[in-house]
Amino acid sequence: MFRNNYDNDAVTFSPQGRIFQVEYAQEAVKQGSVVVGLVNKTHVVLVGLKRNAEELSSYQRKIIEIDSHMGVAIAGLASDARVLSNFMKQQSLGSRMTYGRPIPVERIVSQISDRAQLNTQQYGRRPYGVGLLVAGVDESGPHLFDFQPSGMTYEMSACAIGARSQMARTYLERNLDKFADSSRDELITHGLRALKETLSQDKELTVDNTSVGVVGLAPEGSKGRIESFKLYDGQIIAPLLEALEQTESGETREGEMEVDS
Amino acid sequence: MNHFPESWGRPRNDIYGVYNPSFLQTTGPKAHTQSPAVTGTSVIAVKFNGGVAIAADNLASYGSLARFTDVKRLRTFGDSAVVGFGGDVSDMQYIDRLLGSIDIKENYSAHGNLLNAKNLHTYLSKVFYKRRSEFNPLWNHVLVAGFDGNGQPFLSSADLLGTTYSAPHLATGFGAHLAVPILRRLFPEEKPIEEISKEQAVAALKECIKVLWYRDARSLDSYSIAVISKDGIEVKQDEKLEAQSWAFAESIKGYGAQTV
Repeated sequence: MFRNNYDNDAVTFSPQGRIFQVEYAQEAVKQGSVVVGLVNKTHVVLVGLKRNAEELSSYQRKIIEIDSHMGVAIAGLASDARVLSNFMKQQSLGSRMTYGRPIPVERIVSQISDRAQLNTQQYGRRPYGVGLLVAGVDESGPHLFDFQPSGMTYEMSACAIGARSQMARTYLERNLDKFADSSRDELITHGLRALKETLSQDKELTVDNTSVGVVGLAPEGSKGRIESFKLYDGQIIAPLLEALEQTESGETREGEMEVDS
Repeated sequence: MNHFPESWGRPRNDIYGVYNPSFLQTTGPKAHTQSPAVTGTSVIAVKFNGGVAIAADNLASYGSLARFTDVKRLRTFGDSAVVGFGGDVSDMQYIDRLLGSIDIKENYSAHGNLLNAKNLHTYLSKVFYKRRSEFNPLWNHVLVAGFDGNGQPFLSSADLLGTTYSAPHLATGFGAHLAVPILRRLFPEEKPIEEISKEQAVAALKECIKVLWYRDARSLDSYSIAVISKDGIEVKQDEKLEAQSWAFAESIKGYGAQTV
């Protein structure tokens, strides 16, 4: 019987230079439902598609607030994500305690990637089976990071991970140049449209299965420097979905007019 | 020769009588970390329009002995914060190493050191408080000068107990008694710091350093001064007090062998 001898633990290379357990962990990310993140000059938006395990159960949380300046969207094993997000919450609180400042996004991302990397180099451990999109603002502006079980992190201008995320990435790549100068609301709509691209034929975005997280710099002249992380979930997401519908119907009408003329 | 170390350097028993051995602690916990050994005296600082000026002399005393005369007690951190240390010099050097490692860690980031003076002050106060809670205090009183998160001039103090306070002008050590009254007269509470120029602030600090040199027996006439403004930090480390006049000394009465 065929047997792969190089995937029994996460610390052994295959002769081809691969670490199979890490690759399998990355497969776990692809099993999770899709999350999308995107940045403009002032804001970061996270958008997630929630799944319910069965008709009678609640929907799985996809977006978690870490601190008032930061949140994560998860794809993959939710329990691993809980470990990581609790760690991030602790680090974040620790920074506020010892320095009196919100932790820089890049700093906390490198801390979780250090933890994840350790799991790929120590015997008897396993990689995290979760991918994260970390969105936050700090002194240097808004940031979006993509975190993978391998311990790799990338700063992204837009990103999608999880099941069928390729469709969302295609949308993001096609519209990338529009994001930077878009408004906060336009950015949310772009996120929702990217998310919608991933849906199978019989599915649509509803108040139950969609969540949106937004964090950004406060507009000029307002009291604080940042607009705190805001999670749109359940009924309060309805206006965002309506805005999405409006822009889409507007566009089809424009499209029709073009055909007419 | 008596080979017991505790007898060395002590008055001879045959002349002065037996030394009271209860002064020699041979048991009990280590206590040498609970008092300072080599110390720096005052640090003084003033906020002005668009920045903060801070000064300290270059002396490290061993008790009343002026032991080291070239010790720099102002330390820059990042590109817009300065810490001035009063108190134990070895503890200052320890904190200096702590700040060095924080600076390195902070610079791992692509955006460089983003910790401002206010963050630094919070950190130092927590370090002091932790150490005093372990009954192993860092015997310092520091002033942190720079800018806060909103880009406003920041000046605050933290001491060996973790106590913190701030004011438009501050001083540690003897300066708290001698310099603060002068600064309060020059820059009264009603006067907003926007009306204080950099030149006025620096002149006031020089005046205070001079008064301290006249009247604080643990001070020195060579000093360091740093000016933190939006343009960066300007540090001068080997300044000498100018235009000294000891004429006033003639009129001082009431100490030593004088008969008033």
